[in-house]
Amino acid sequence: MLVLAFDTATPAVTVALHDGRRTLAESTVIDARRHGELLMPGVSAVLGDAGVAREEITHIAVGTGPGPYTGLRVGLMTAQALATALGVSSYGVCTLDVLAYESGLTGPFLVATDARRKEVFWAEYAGQRTRVRGPAVDRPGDVPGDLPILGYGAKLYPEAVGAARIVAGAPEHPSAAALAALAAEEIAAGRTAGAVLTDPRPIYLRRPDAKIPGPPKKVTVL
Amino acid sequence: MGTPVKTEPLVLGIETSCDETGIGIVRGHTLLVDAVASSVEEHARYGGVVPEVASRAHLEAMMPTVDRALREAGVKLADLDAIAVTAGPGLAGALLVGVAAAKAFAYGLGKPLYGVNHLAAHVAVDQLQHGPLPKPCIAMLVSGGHSSLLLVPDVAHGVTSLGSTVDDAAGEAFDKVARVLGLPFPGGPHIDRVAREGSGSAIPFPRGKADDGTLDFSFSGLKTAVARYVEKNGGSMNIADVAASFQEAVVDVLTRKALAACRLHGVDHLLIGGGVAANSRLRALAQERCEQVGVRLRVPRPGLCTDNGAMVAALGSELVSSGVSPSELTIPADSSMPITMVTA
Repeated sequence: MLVLAFDTATPAVTVALHDGRRTLAESTVIDARRHGELLMPGVSAVLGDAGVAREEITHIAVGTGPGPYTGLRVGLMTAQALATALGVSSYGVCTLDVLAYESGLTGPFLVATDARRKEVFWAEYAGQRTRVRGPAVDRPGDVPGDLPILGYGAKLYPEAVGAARIVAGAPEHPSAAALAALAAEEIAAGRTAGAVLTDPRPIYLRRPDAKIPGPPKKVTVL
Repeated sequence: MGTPVKTEPLVLGIETSCDETGIGIVRGHTLLVDAVASSVEEHARYGGVVPEVASRAHLEAMMPTVDRALREAGVKLADLDAIAVTAGPGLAGALLVGVAAAKAFAYGLGKPLYGVNHLAAHVAVDQLQHGPLPKPCIAMLVSGGHSSLLLVPDVAHGVTSLGSTVDDAAGEAFDKVARVLGLPFPGGPHIDRVAREGSGSAIPFPRGKADDGTLDFSFSGLKTAVARYVEKNGGSMNIADVAASFQEAVVDVLTRKALAACRLHGVDHLLIGGGVAANSRLRALAQERCEQVGVRLRVPRPGLCTDNGAMVAALGSELVSSGVSPSELTIPADSSMPITMVTA
C-alpha cells in the first residue's frame, strides 16, 4: 500500500506518503494564500524524497474540510483529477478528524479551526477517532461545553473559548502524515465507506454569500 | 535542439474562468468534442455571476464533464499529448479549480501543462472552424468580462492590446440594460431577441468614445442613458425600440473601432470572438461594414464564441505545434493575467 495524502483546508499545505507502516516523506508549508501554487510541487517533492514513482501510488486521501473554500477546493479537485489520471481510488477525511487523530487524546475534547469572519469550524470527539458532534461553524464564544479544545481556531480566540481549556502542545494545523496514517489504517481494515473515509467532496457548512438584488437604482436626479 | 514538435497534437483544454465548466479535446485544428456544463441558471436570480456559486459548480462538474468529453471523443486520458487550462484572466476562485485539475492531470499522466490566456484562446478557437489564422489579424473580443481590440501577429507567440473598455464590458452593458428593461440574465440573448421587433434608429442613444481617435470603448454612459430613458418614458416606451437602439449603439461603436484598427495597422482580416460575438446584429453589421472596405471577417459559430474548453485546447494545440515551452506546476491562477502573456 502507498497512500498519498494531502490537506488544503487550513493555512497548512501539507502532503505525505505512507506505506501502511510508516510515513515515507512529508512536506508542509504554511501559506494561507498559495494553496494552488504549492500543492502539486509539494506532491512532486514528496514522491521525489521517497524515491517513489507516481504509478506506484495505490490510494489518495484528502482533507474534506471544513475550511476556507478557495484553498479547500484545490485539495479536492487535485485528489479527484489525480486519482482519475493514476487510475486509483481517492477518499476524503474530515480535516477536524485528522487533528483529533493526531492529538492522541483519549478523553472527550473539541477541535476548532479558523473559519474566518470571526468564526470557527469545530467538532466534538469522544476520543482520538470518534467524532460525536459536528462539524459545525459558530462564533468562538458559542462553541458549547467546557471540554478541552485544540486547533488553530482555539488559539486564535483564547478569550472567547477560555484560555484554560486550550490543550498545550496539541497540533494547530492538520498534518498530512496523520491524515495518511489514519487513511491507511482504515483502508487496511476495509472500512472504505465508514465514518472516517468518505467521498472526496467538500464540507462547506455555509451557503455562498449572495443576495437577490432589489430594483435598479434611480439614475434621474430630481 | 531536442524534441520533435508534434504537428497534430491531441490536447485536452479546461476552461473555468467564469460560470462555464468547459472541457474540449482537439487534434491539431480538428475539434473532437466540446463539452460544457454551465451554472448560469444558478446565477440568474442574482442578476449576475456569483463567484462562490461558480467555483462550487466547477468542482462538482469537472470530473463528470471530463468523463463525458473523453467518452464522446473516444479518447483515453493516456492518449493525450498535453493538458491546457485557462490560467487567467477571470474569477480567481473559479480559475483555481480548473488550474488545480489541469496540474493534477498533467502530473498524473506525465504530460506537459499549458496555462493559457483566456483572451488568446478566444482568438485561437476560430482555427477549429475556419483553419489557420492569417498572420497578422485584428481580433475584437467582446464578452461579459472583456472588450478588447488586439493585434495578433501570431497567437502562439504574442498578442498586442490596441484598446479596451475604460468602464463596463460590452456584455456587461447588455446584462445591465436587460435588468433595466426587466429581461432575464444573461441579457445578451434576450436583448438580441426583443430587438428584432424594434428599430435601431428609433432612439439616438450616445456612442461613447466613438470619435475620440482612440481604440478604447466606453459603455457606462450608454447604459445610464438607457436607464434615464426608461425612467422618463417607462409607461409609454416601446421596449423593442429601446433594446434595438441600445444594441445598435453598442455594435455601431464596436464595428467602427474594429475597422479603424484594421485601417490603422494595415490589416485586412478581422476576427470577432467572445460571448457578444453571438449577437446577430453585431455579426450582420460587421459583415456589411467589412465588405464595404474589403476586410475579410471571421466569426466562429456562436457555440465557440461563448466560453468553452475547445478554445483552450485549440490554443494549447497551437502552442505545442509551435514548440512553445510548457508551464511549470507552480503557476498561479492569475485573475488579471495581461493579454501580452499568452502562456503562464
